[in-house]
Amino acid sequence: MISTGAKKQIDAWIAKYPKDRQSSAVMQALKIVQAENGNRLNADTIQAVADYLNMPGIAAQEVATFYENYNHKKVGKYVIRFCHNISCMLNGADDLIAHLENKLGVKTDEVTSDGLISVKKVECLGACVGAPMFQINDDYFENLTIDKIDKIVDNLK
Amino acid sequence: MNEVCFKNLTKDQCYSLKTYEASGGYSVWRKILKGQLTPEHIIDELKVSGLRGRGGAGFPTGLKWSFMPRHSDGQKYVVCNSDEGEPGTCKDRDILRFNPHAVIEGMAIGGFVMNASVGYNYIRGEFMAPFYRFEDALKEAYEAGLLGQNINNSSVNFDLYTHLGAGAYICGEETALLESIEGKKGQPRFKPPFPANVGLFGKSTTINNTESFASVPEIINRGGQWFADVGVENSGGCKLFSVSGHVKNPANFEVPMGTPFKDLLKMAGGMRDGAQLKAVIPGGSSTPVLTAEVAMSMTMDYDGIEKAGSMLGAGSVIIMDESTCMVAVLTRLAHFYYDESCGQCTPCREGTGWLYRVLKRIIDGNGKQGDIDLLLGVQDKIMGNTICALGDAAAMPVESFLRNFRKEFEYYIKHGKSMVKG
Repeated sequence: MISTGAKKQIDAWIAKYPKDRQSSAVMQALKIVQAENGNRLNADTIQAVADYLNMPGIAAQEVATFYENYNHKKVGKYVIRFCHNISCMLNGADDLIAHLENKLGVKTDEVTSDGLISVKKVECLGACVGAPMFQINDDYFENLTIDKIDKIVDNLK
Repeated sequence: MNEVCFKNLTKDQCYSLKTYEASGGYSVWRKILKGQLTPEHIIDELKVSGLRGRGGAGFPTGLKWSFMPRHSDGQKYVVCNSDEGEPGTCKDRDILRFNPHAVIEGMAIGGFVMNASVGYNYIRGEFMAPFYRFEDALKEAYEAGLLGQNINNSSVNFDLYTHLGAGAYICGEETALLESIEGKKGQPRFKPPFPANVGLFGKSTTINNTESFASVPEIINRGGQWFADVGVENSGGCKLFSVSGHVKNPANFEVPMGTPFKDLLKMAGGMRDGAQLKAVIPGGSSTPVLTAEVAMSMTMDYDGIEKAGSMLGAGSVIIMDESTCMVAVLTRLAHFYYDESCGQCTPCREGTGWLYRVLKRIIDGNGKQGDIDLLLGVQDKIMGNTICALGDAAAMPVESFLRNFRKEFEYYIKHGKSMVKG
């Protein structure tokens, strides 16, 4: 369920915390396991993380459902997380989100039919002076325009 | 401008250890390792400097550090709060990306002063580029022998680690942040006990904002009095202001406390497309909104902004021009707090939902007579009735938007459309 590579990554996080505090690594462990399993979590993968960290399944479940970065439904290989909070909104984010939805033929929280891209509307990503902006997987893209969005999205393969 | 956290901003590889050391970086830390500085001296300098917590609460940093029971037994911790996520705020991201060593040195100094041999920097989960940049800087610092055990053959120990968040605004609240490091849901703790007594893993802990830590080395280097003199009374030093919204050149500016708002607006290129200023949120989405008239005569310091009727917060200045529909802005903010409430306290969990749903029905053209009173009633019932400040943060914008722009809300309810957008 958890690969050797993933265990190695999780162990590096466990090493940061005091002895017997390995459950501190649960947030990263869930992210690592999520990345290995089609970018989403389910009851089995969450339990596997809990077992690996020697913590109750429900405690890992609580973390997995409290924080926003975990996916419990199908998402694309690329998740476009579009900020729609105040600074981005003032700079036209709503129109750009509509453009992106039209371009991809999906609504927010849906996945393109080829499984490549899904779009999420998210709260402030902390890049307000670069508004409007979105995040694709780990990367930020700022000062977006329709042209810029088209170029970025067309390059996703 | 740009004298402390942004000191090296324009230099080549401003984030590298080489650049940081070339401009005096780690000289305070090296003095500490040589036994030339005492914790008492550093706390005194910080008190003189007038440095107040840059995360939003504005609590004096020197005083906070003096609360730690440094002579008590047991492990103690310093924690840096880089869980930046208040709408309008994006300064800590730039500090992590462009001056990570100042954060490391500031945390190490804090560790020494408070006798805490371990530190954690909690970085929000979305900040992957800043996270990698900070990790690289940590590696540089360890390789240069600046961190670890018996550093440079001294008796000083300091190990520093990163912890990554996973998407929760509430983890910026310091006790929620501690819960999160412990691998739990980020729900704030009831206080007292305060973290200085019972903090991370049950041990004495002090939490400071990224900008606060990053300011410490320069303050100790140049003296508390120098920093105090840069600012104004009650607001020492300079501060990063994130200016976003309808301005020509949105950016982060590190300017002296007490800088007139109108000068800051000018630095950001002024209003875009020659539009008129309508409203300003001066300190991040939680702080009360101000009208243009009030904002234009305000100075950017704790007392100046308070006098204008708002708060300095994290220095997140959101500029709105005349085309802005205040009903739409407040609805979006209400959605934010509804989304981010941790669900622990009933007034906040239920109240933020009520605020959002009532505003949503107004913006959908289904507002009812009495909705304004309903909104005011709900925000009043949240205010002061929750464990942490998120409840107040959700309530304050509602009261100030309705007070300053009530006509727009009345119009929307009556006509089912925006007074501004038509």
